[in-house]
Amino acid sequence: MSAEKTRHNHMRYDLQIIASWIDPGSRVLDLGCGSGELLRFLINNKQVHGSGIELEEDKVAACIEKGLTVLQGDINAEVLDYPDLSFDYVILSQTLQQVYAPDELIRAIMRIGKRGIVSFPNFSHWACRIQLLYTGYAPVTKQLPYQWYNTPNIRVITIKDFRKFIDEVGLKILKEVAINTHSQNRYGKIIKFLPNVRATYGIFLIGN
Amino acid sequence: MSEYIEHDKQGVSVGIVEKKLFTFAEPPDEMVLENGARLGPVTIAYETYGTLNADKSNAILILHALSGDSHAAGYYNKEDQKPGWWDIMIGPGKGIDTDTYFVVCSNIIGSCMGSTGPCSTNPKTVQPYALDFPVVTIGDMVRAQKELVDYLGVKQILCVVGGSIGGMQVLEWTVRYPETVKSAIPLATTTKHSALAIAFNEVSRQAIMADPAWNNGNYYYGPKPNLGLAVARMIGHITYLSDESMRLKFGRRLQDKSDFSFNFDADFQVESYLRYQGKKFVDRFDANSFLYITKAADYYDLEKQYGDGSAVKAFAKARAKFLVVSFTSDWLYPTYQSRSMVKAMKKNGLDVSFLEIEAEWGHDAFLLPNERLTTLIRGFLERVCRENTS
Repeated sequence: MSAEKTRHNHMRYDLQIIASWIDPGSRVLDLGCGSGELLRFLINNKQVHGSGIELEEDKVAACIEKGLTVLQGDINAEVLDYPDLSFDYVILSQTLQQVYAPDELIRAIMRIGKRGIVSFPNFSHWACRIQLLYTGYAPVTKQLPYQWYNTPNIRVITIKDFRKFIDEVGLKILKEVAINTHSQNRYGKIIKFLPNVRATYGIFLIGN
Repeated sequence: MSEYIEHDKQGVSVGIVEKKLFTFAEPPDEMVLENGARLGPVTIAYETYGTLNADKSNAILILHALSGDSHAAGYYNKEDQKPGWWDIMIGPGKGIDTDTYFVVCSNIIGSCMGSTGPCSTNPKTVQPYALDFPVVTIGDMVRAQKELVDYLGVKQILCVVGGSIGGMQVLEWTVRYPETVKSAIPLATTTKHSALAIAFNEVSRQAIMADPAWNNGNYYYGPKPNLGLAVARMIGHITYLSDESMRLKFGRRLQDKSDFSFNFDADFQVESYLRYQGKKFVDRFDANSFLYITKAADYYDLEKQYGDGSAVKAFAKARAKFLVVSFTSDWLYPTYQSRSMVKAMKKNGLDVSFLEIEAEWGHDAFLLPNERLTTLIRGFLERVCRENTS
């Protein structure tokens, strides 16, 4: 499990990049924090004041057992309770595509945090495009491994879509990185050329 | 709760322990209670396990529920049939590790388990107080516990832990003595009783008071209101279980018979169980204490007392780090009550963790062996201990 990985700083590749963006000593909220891999890394290595929200009982328990501050609950509802600007960073990693009302959630994130960090699978990756173009079926990839009828990923987002969305809701993109990696992989690389086609994930730092 | 207590499966225990008594508020310096009455002298029964460290930073205070006592862990002697009520959680290497922490379990005033309560002798009359005992509150219980903690030389409590009415005391500690309490674990509890909870308590009290032997509380020299108290306990037991746990534990199975008796004997196993629990309870518990403690729980309203009706305002006084735990099948203190306190804590920027544990055993789940609860408490305590010393 992740305990082993965390000890050796072998986090998921996208989490390694997210961690590199966070200033030491800051206040961090991780939405959908899973078993607390990123939070623990940030607390141990960047001395952040971190807390998380996670829905699944097993994962919340794993976090609290590790000594993390984590609440069991639905992120969309839980974000509403925090006072304005309670955090320096609010992280939403690989979850946006599963959110029913992404615009409301992003606004809530920017109310409670100075900065937001959002990562999601890029639906315009060439593998998705080719599948749809040549087979006529909804794409099934390593990053998006579900069928249309059983996928939790109810939102189809591309890197270009997200940029447009952030502009439309009146926010700013402060930093952006496109990467090529698999969902749970520890290794990957940054994509600079044609990211909307070649990257499997996009990671954005957003602010007001 | 005693029906669950059993020996540790691995035989691990704090060993032989001793119930101790601490007395304060000797007249004329009586304790002035919330309702204005004066009470003194006041005795509190307590036990301690483990050792207070040199900088006195490792104290954990355990607070018990309605029918509990100061005997949370260990045995009184080698022949003891049962250990303390939370022996599964407290001991060497257990969730609350007595090799690391100095654990204090305090009885509550109003109880019949060694602390001053309605069955204690009233110094003015040299008779049992009975109904002359003043109605005490959760706040009064906690103020008395603070006297004990001061007497023990503990300036700072690493964690206060308790479930149910013990959980109410935990919450009270965090807002009444915010500078003393570093962290808190309220389990299966609430900031105020629902009408449903008050209703069950009232039916229980009525059962006691309807027993002719109760005699307006004056039964200490004659027959006791055992029938009333047994019924009160039976009602309690129903509220501590759940539909699912009762279905699994009893279903509609009959007790030692293959068909109905067509009279009013206990046919069903559930009837037999409740009768047994009721009878067993009267041997160890005082009916008047039951009245006083349930009343204190019903009166408790943290929001009204500390926040003019607002939980957010009430928890603004707290400084502790919290671990709030509820159980899915607890319908006496349902999860929504824990969630609402968590919400108020979040709005105050408090450090709070929360988990609803999937458990079929109803309100009593917090007393039953539960590996998840044990590891949660262990992990939380390790962190607050580490952060407290760094």
